[in-house]
Amino acid sequence: MSKKVSKPGSISRRRLLASAGAAIAASPLGANLLQAQAAPIRIGMSMPQTGGLAGGGKASLLGIEIWRDDVNAKGGLLGGRKIELVVYDDKSSASETPAIYSKLIDVDKVDLLFAPYATVPTAPIMPMVKQRGLLLIGNFSFQVNSKVGHDMWFNNAPWGPADSWATSYLDIGQKAGGKTMALLSADQEFAQNLAKTAREVANKRNLPIVFDQAYPPNTVEFSSIIRALKATKPDIVYVASYPPDSTGILRAVNEIGIGDSVKVFGGGMVGLQFGAVMESMGSLLNGVVNYNTWLPEKSMYFEGTKEFFDKYTKRAVEAKIDPLGYYLAPFGYASGQLIERAIAAVGSLDQKALAKYLRENTHHTIVGPIAFSADGERKETAVLQAQFRGVVDKNIEQFRSAGKQVILFPDNLKSGELVAPFEAARK
Amino acid sequence: MFSLDLLLDAVVIGVLLGCFYGAVSLGLSVSFGLLDVPHVAHPAFLVLASYAVYFLNEQYAVDPLLAGLLITPVFFLFGLAAYRLYYETFERRGSDAAVRGIAFFFGIAFIIEVLIILQFGVDQRSVTADYIGKAWRLGEIRIPYRLLVAFAVATTLTILLTLYLSRTFMGRAIRAVAQDEEALRLMGTNPVKIKQWAFGIATAVLGISGALLIIVAPVDPTLDRAYIGRTFCVVVMAGLGSMGGTLVAAIILGVAESIVLTMFGASWAPAISFAMLLGILAVRPQGLFGRRS
Repeated sequence: MSKKVSKPGSISRRRLLASAGAAIAASPLGANLLQAQAAPIRIGMSMPQTGGLAGGGKASLLGIEIWRDDVNAKGGLLGGRKIELVVYDDKSSASETPAIYSKLIDVDKVDLLFAPYATVPTAPIMPMVKQRGLLLIGNFSFQVNSKVGHDMWFNNAPWGPADSWATSYLDIGQKAGGKTMALLSADQEFAQNLAKTAREVANKRNLPIVFDQAYPPNTVEFSSIIRALKATKPDIVYVASYPPDSTGILRAVNEIGIGDSVKVFGGGMVGLQFGAVMESMGSLLNGVVNYNTWLPEKSMYFEGTKEFFDKYTKRAVEAKIDPLGYYLAPFGYASGQLIERAIAAVGSLDQKALAKYLRENTHHTIVGPIAFSADGERKETAVLQAQFRGVVDKNIEQFRSAGKQVILFPDNLKSGELVAPFEAARK
Repeated sequence: MFSLDLLLDAVVIGVLLGCFYGAVSLGLSVSFGLLDVPHVAHPAFLVLASYAVYFLNEQYAVDPLLAGLLITPVFFLFGLAAYRLYYETFERRGSDAAVRGIAFFFGIAFIIEVLIILQFGVDQRSVTADYIGKAWRLGEIRIPYRLLVAFAVATTLTILLTLYLSRTFMGRAIRAVAQDEEALRLMGTNPVKIKQWAFGIATAVLGISGALLIIVAPVDPTLDRAYIGRTFCVVVMAGLGSMGGTLVAAIILGVAESIVLTMFGASWAPAISFAMLLGILAVRPQGLFGRRS
């Protein structure tokens, strides 16, 4: 049995390594190396990766991850600090998020917070975030800050003022000669918010509402509802629906018909923004005027947009998520850009200073310039209303080219005119 | 606003919708109604079948109904295996097995959901066929072909299952095991084997029902949750174990739902269905077609 003994005067391996390390650290190269290994900037969030919101959640997260990789490839922020994401699955459930965000704040001690995708999981964390005075970048939730009034909340979504959504759609309908409105909405938070503002705008304009129904979640068959709606002969049909229902409603419209009176149909149908749904609906989509957030029309390309989608398309296929990713992914990237710009300008992670900077400036992102109003929503709406045209069945690639979804609103992004009535636009 | 046209339309669509509910509940009528297995994974099996049909339709352009038929033997074997596992781990071990069985089937349902997500992703999926998206004109009424398919499949399945359970040796054995397992054991028959076979049949039926599910509407991995209440409601309302009764109960439910959706407002529909269930159980605790034990 032998025992290693270091003789006095000789240099042990450990001591040699230690001296070498000290020498490198003292040199300018060493300073850089050490900084590169400085504590990362940790951004915490929950994201729906299972459950009903998972389709959107996964695409949104991929957008944020691409931003992280881009920033880290450039050497990180604040002189070499890399971005690290701490992400938990909230299972699309509002009951999961308060505990997750408590953990992110108190146990994981993350530096910054991003909100989960969608309204329902975000709403319950708002009071806590406000109480703790933390900056929160919102992710496509709708009006969650209207009652809470947190001044460090900034939503990445293009919604803008609460009623702008209904206003733009009804503008289009009324310009096409619409004199009455039918309102069909899902009995869920987001859809009911849309329906409420639509009612208010219609009342303000003395536009009679001839049909107003909320259908329960899990409705399987929409034939009966569409038949009842058709019987009221409306001019404008405003639909605020959730993904599985949107498909069911359009199928029923195609089978039962909706009548010649209808000038425009759609407005707030969630689901028609997702590649797999669009592919499976195919020609049924034609004529529908619906909201969207990003579309491959010429007016929608800003600095970095094309490069982002090149990366997204490649990674989405591998991750089996929405191959188009127009609706959420670029806004996930933009969330990162907002924080990146603010940190660069402020030079620290001081949340109050970051919030001040975000509130007072216009930020250029891959989804266009973003400026916030006092409630943390966009100053001006950038929600698109677009009409599906010339869509054929079973072809997802067609949606990558311009002209399949013609932008009717807002004016500065417009790429075509409305074709009405709805039945004519479907042909 | 009352209109006779609308009412008639609601009734026709309701009958067809009811047939669809019946078709997706028939398997449960065997497994829960006859065998007393607390099969809460029934809708998850159903969604799994839908995805299998989607796969065959998407990859090999097989007609969804034919795809449903093709997967029935596989689902039969799957049912045999699932019951054997349930029997060995839970049913064999005593009286509180039913309660723990629910946990077992919830676990299975969750595993199926996760496996589907891993394989197909979280997006909703649908199939293509000539009879999807078109409607048959009958005067003022337009009837979607996909609901007519549901009607045809539901009636055929009900007739076949009723004949099987009353005319064949194995079918009668299944009814016997449902009525008195102990007596069957005393006659030297192994009730477990018969129950396993019956569970296999119940699962095989899901192959076709799953095809119907994805024909009628698109599916997503979590769709099973929407059908747990509805399928159990139909089976309990019918009276446990009656195939024809299951179809009739489902049609009553479908018509009620459709009339409420059309005439009174959509948000009342689920409340009406379950109020009907409670009402019927209050008057006839054994269900509409169940025998008093």
